[in-house]
Amino acid sequence: MYTLFKIELYKIFKRPRTYIAFIAITALIGIIQLGLKVDGKEYISFVLGDLSNTLQINGNLCNGYFVCYCILQLLLVHVPLLIALIAADMISGEANMGTLRLLLSKPISRTEVVLAKFFAASVYTILLLVWLAFLALIISIFIFGTDDIFLIKNNYAVQIAANDIMWRYAGAFVFAALAMLTVTALAFFLSVFAENSIGPIIATISIIIFFTIFSTMSIPLFNKIKPFLFTTHMVAWKEFFDVKVDENNISIAGSIYRPDKIIYSAMVLIIHIVTLVSISIYALKKKDILS
Amino acid sequence: MQNTKIIQVKNLSKQFSKIHAVNDISFTVQQGDIYGFLGQNGAGKSTTIRMLLTLIKPTSGSIKIFGKDLQDNKKEILKNIGAIIEKPDVYKFLTAYQNLKIFAQLSGCKVSKEMLMNQLEMVGLATRAHDVVKTFSQGMKQRLGIAIALIHNPDLVILDEPTNGLDPQGIADIRNLIKRLSKEFNKTVLISSHLLNEIEQVATKILIIDKGKKIIEGTKQELLDPQQTIVEFETIEAEKAREKIIFSKWNTDTISQNYNNISLSLPYEQIPSFHKFLAENNIPVFSFHQRNSLEDYFIKVTKENDVHAI
Repeated sequence: MYTLFKIELYKIFKRPRTYIAFIAITALIGIIQLGLKVDGKEYISFVLGDLSNTLQINGNLCNGYFVCYCILQLLLVHVPLLIALIAADMISGEANMGTLRLLLSKPISRTEVVLAKFFAASVYTILLLVWLAFLALIISIFIFGTDDIFLIKNNYAVQIAANDIMWRYAGAFVFAALAMLTVTALAFFLSVFAENSIGPIIATISIIIFFTIFSTMSIPLFNKIKPFLFTTHMVAWKEFFDVKVDENNISIAGSIYRPDKIIYSAMVLIIHIVTLVSISIYALKKKDILS
Repeated sequence: MQNTKIIQVKNLSKQFSKIHAVNDISFTVQQGDIYGFLGQNGAGKSTTIRMLLTLIKPTSGSIKIFGKDLQDNKKEILKNIGAIIEKPDVYKFLTAYQNLKIFAQLSGCKVSKEMLMNQLEMVGLATRAHDVVKTFSQGMKQRLGIAIALIHNPDLVILDEPTNGLDPQGIADIRNLIKRLSKEFNKTVLISSHLLNEIEQVATKILIIDKGKKIIEGTKQELLDPQQTIVEFETIEAEKAREKIIFSKWNTDTISQNYNNISLSLPYEQIPSFHKFLAENNIPVFSFHQRNSLEDYFIKVTKENDVHAI
């Protein structure tokens, strides 16, 4: 299966469309960084709102850590679209090109085909996130410098010391990778049933949009299904930036306010991935290749 | 190894919803055979071939290849099969060399650069080895498909409509290659086509399939009735010739005239006597040819099948 995995990776990175996502992320992050470099202070004032009248905050608020947080908030909603471009094409694209029948008539099992393709798509997803992390965190630190991060949550503010941040980003990116792998698994699963990649790409994006709406709207009917939707759990990376406080309301370094929430969400996402890949294997094994 | 059964298909059926794409087909292919799988479009040829390559699951029946059950020994069997299935679709964004290398690796075959280039040389693509396939003509893709099918030196080669999209020279090249595979390398070849003439020229054994059912199977000699050779000649004295034939021992119900062309059927061994008869009656013959082709036979048997179906 390792040979097949290497071949799948080779095919992914030989296709020009693979690089669209990397170029898009580079352009988007570049635009955000440019905007914050030029008008960062105005943006911070807007984010703080009335809080700036009652609270005096010194230091470099628009620092690399803060910029990275803003980028993640903005981009992690859109990255699934870029992932779907490749993952939704993995099986359906082969069916459309007519290469699926040649591939499946070789001495390799369909389980191996599904796993090799899924792992290859996962490598693409992780590389995309590594690139995002490099641009959003490392380049932002280089451009904006470092300082404590000051974040405004729904009804409170969080301040985390500069020396307590990097590990949180490491955790957040690992969690984001898990969330994006769930998207990869969904797009991959849909591609098993299609004969061209357009259908699964649109279906993946539509599902994410619908589920995100259900996850964010506070309507009693939706509240019942929220815990079962992967989109509800995809945003749990933000939990890395919620800290415990001591009796003086000072952040405790190295703490996470709700680590159980991260673990639970991670488990839900892993269950989604395993289920979707397992059904993909079953479906491809049962499928008659007529393309 | 001669007379070894390479493919044994028994009571094979495939049903899609209410359509019987393949209906209770049985056949055996021996080692070294060039087995022609003949039928019109939609007859069930490709469905059968896809079942032989495990792409489609049979509804019922059994397939044994190299004496082993296909479902239970899929990997082992497929290692030893090279195939083109309908169109030779490959990765268009890769070069011919890259495609060949990938499919060689997928076939479990370790190949050197030299082997890959030799294979491309064999199919006349060495000079285009490093060009991306999307710049290739249909014929070039077909030749690349053949290179892919043969790169791992399989014992059984399955070619589904291998001459599709080829020019006459390309068709002749494929025909010669198939004959060479059988004669020089003792490969077993299963070739399907709706082009009867193609099958007729290469196949040692033929199976005719229509509407998913096996119509008949045999060697070309077994299938063709020597009593039914059709001769056709062109003369400027067609009326006179027709009259002479009618009042001679050559008179049959099969005589027909189309302007200066007259045709009739007669036993193959009597053709020289018929020539002599025309000469003795001073009938000037400008062209003379016989037709005892599979095409006539094929049309006849598939029509009979239609009648039976009604």
